[in-house]
Amino acid sequence: MSDQATLDIAGLHATVEGKEILQGVDLRVRQGEIHALMGPNGSGKSTLAYTVMGHPKYIVTGGSLAFDGADLLPLTPDARARLGLFLCFQYPTAIPGVTLVNFLRAALRAQGKELPAREFLQRLTTEMAALKIEESFRSRYINDGFSGGEKKRSEILQLAMVRPRLAVLDETDSGLDVDALRTVAEGVMSLAGPEMGVLVITHYPRILEYLRPDVVHVLHAGRVVASGGADLAERIERDGYEPILGSAEAASRLAPV
Amino acid sequence: MAIQARDLSKDYKYGFHDEDISVFRTKKGLSPEVIAAISQHKDEPEWMLKFRLKAYDHFMKRPMPTWGADLSGIDFDNIYYYVKPVEEQSRSWDDVPESIKRTFDRLGIPEAERKFLAGVSAQYDSEVVYHNIREDLTRIGVIFSDCDTGLREHEEIFRKYFGTVIPPNDNKFAALNSAVWSGGSFVYVPAGVHVDIPLQAYFRINSDNMGQFERTLIIAEEGSSVHYIEGCTAPNYSSDSLHSAVVELIAHRGAKIRYTTIQNWSDNVYNLVTKRAMAHENATVEWIDGNLGSKVTMKYPSVYLMGEGAHAEVMSAAFAGTGQHQDAGSKAIHVAPNTTSNIVSRSISKGSGRTSYRGHIKVMPKAHDVKVNVRCDALLLDLDSRSDTYPYMDIENPDVSVGHEATVSKVGEDQIFYLTSRGINEQDATALIVNGFFEPFVKELPMEYAVELNRLLALSMEGAIG
Repeated sequence: MSDQATLDIAGLHATVEGKEILQGVDLRVRQGEIHALMGPNGSGKSTLAYTVMGHPKYIVTGGSLAFDGADLLPLTPDARARLGLFLCFQYPTAIPGVTLVNFLRAALRAQGKELPAREFLQRLTTEMAALKIEESFRSRYINDGFSGGEKKRSEILQLAMVRPRLAVLDETDSGLDVDALRTVAEGVMSLAGPEMGVLVITHYPRILEYLRPDVVHVLHAGRVVASGGADLAERIERDGYEPILGSAEAASRLAPV
Repeated sequence: MAIQARDLSKDYKYGFHDEDISVFRTKKGLSPEVIAAISQHKDEPEWMLKFRLKAYDHFMKRPMPTWGADLSGIDFDNIYYYVKPVEEQSRSWDDVPESIKRTFDRLGIPEAERKFLAGVSAQYDSEVVYHNIREDLTRIGVIFSDCDTGLREHEEIFRKYFGTVIPPNDNKFAALNSAVWSGGSFVYVPAGVHVDIPLQAYFRINSDNMGQFERTLIIAEEGSSVHYIEGCTAPNYSSDSLHSAVVELIAHRGAKIRYTTIQNWSDNVYNLVTKRAMAHENATVEWIDGNLGSKVTMKYPSVYLMGEGAHAEVMSAAFAGTGQHQDAGSKAIHVAPNTTSNIVSRSISKGSGRTSYRGHIKVMPKAHDVKVNVRCDALLLDLDSRSDTYPYMDIENPDVSVGHEATVSKVGEDQIFYLTSRGINEQDATALIVNGFFEPFVKELPMEYAVELNRLLALSMEGAIG
């Protein structure tokens, strides 16, 4: 057995407010790999992210979900985080009155990764500089009055401080300008490696130019309908989703049920 | 003879209880004889006895207020109105009895901190047992003593102001306090003097069925400034207790008084306090008022803006757990033109806890160019938590700018999910949100109080998640 953890998603069905969004997702992401999950709007990408992290509104109705051999389904979000999962939110929630620095300390403490105050502040300063985040940011209240770009940087800053084993980035590229996108993507790349796997969810291939995924998947109507190398993303960039989805549908019609 | 602690709480952190070392107490219940005994025991001047007896008449005549929280559980006949714990007031720490020192140790007043305290005045039962005024305060003419000493040693100043801001007939509980008051602080700051270290008092009820009726009087002369802090914790008893204080502040022209309170009575205490300030021309009065614990709190720190340019700032925070009702708020009475008031209230209800914001803004006919800003936010933690807002506005001048904003919110599922997705468990996540909600209040507190408040909130949150 390898000491690298794997996120194992098999035949996963999930509903949100009674509506079935995931309809049998199969996906495996190893700790050292970078996977991209692409797909048009409404294909279930963000639902998959929330379901993996355990949002109470997302109800798993079938299939299995495991990380590092542990069944995630009975686990609360905090227990999943402590196993080494991390979700970069597309729309992170504001927590008024709670400063980013206090939040980060609480998160690290909860995950058994607490650092001495001095070391913590040094690391925070370094990571903030790398992400081009202003000093004053640390004493601001989490996501409270943050611009779209600030929210994304704050998510990546948290990622950099927490150092999970597997990060799910939910549309981290949306709403970022070219420069911010590069900064954020470089931030992710500096963390990705044998220690941290990445599942990046996006519907624009641009971020993939920086992240260089090992595997690209296409999600459509709640299922992974195509998987391939980086060339799959290039084809989507060039031709759009339709040719792939068209052939996938054709393939699924041919496939034995 | 010591009273036995009958029900030392297991879950109430500050519910410890020292052996009662009281040496003198009146019999239970209230009568002119009891009042005479108090006055005689204190060796008070005749006018004070008369003041007390007159106040007693008011108290007997006034009906119980029924417009606010439920007070029907108070049994006035089952209360000791005066308890004196030690013979002489201690002048230095060495003279403080060991059991009382232990109490302070457990309250966590650190040794090192004492050096920084301008003077620690600790209300233990009805009498101040420890009182230390730093020499340099005395040198610049600042008086900081318990109220009984204030009356004894500075009768002229004391008499000039005592009962002028809150007369005995103001309300039933102010009348009760006026009849049986004991202890509390007396502060006098001469003109132009800035007391740059907060004056602190630590209050504590420590006798079964013991009412606590302290009286505080603070006078800041022209152009002076002072910050007074009182923090309260109470041990937990099996039967109901009554705390009914009166606090009077007088800020003369250009003076500034800040009065910071954190009260954390055990959850059987009726906490019915009248706090009022007079702010004269260009004076500023700030009430920073935190209410945790108690069974029922009714408290509405008020400012009468008497002179042009006066400013009132009231920032309050209340936490009501199951079985508790925090009925708190503020009043600003704009008598003079060009006066401003800013009122910020935050309250949290947990379990069946109930918070009420009760505010009164009054602008008198001659008070033009008045600015008023009121903002109250309530956070509900559970389905059966409750919060109400009763804002009364009484505006008699057209040239006034009044802002009022009130919100009630619940801890959001998405907020909890966000925090827990970072590894923080649900209980700690809720505590973080709650602390964040109180942050605008906590920011106003001196460090040690901020730390203590956050700790108390965390304790209060235990078991918050069903």
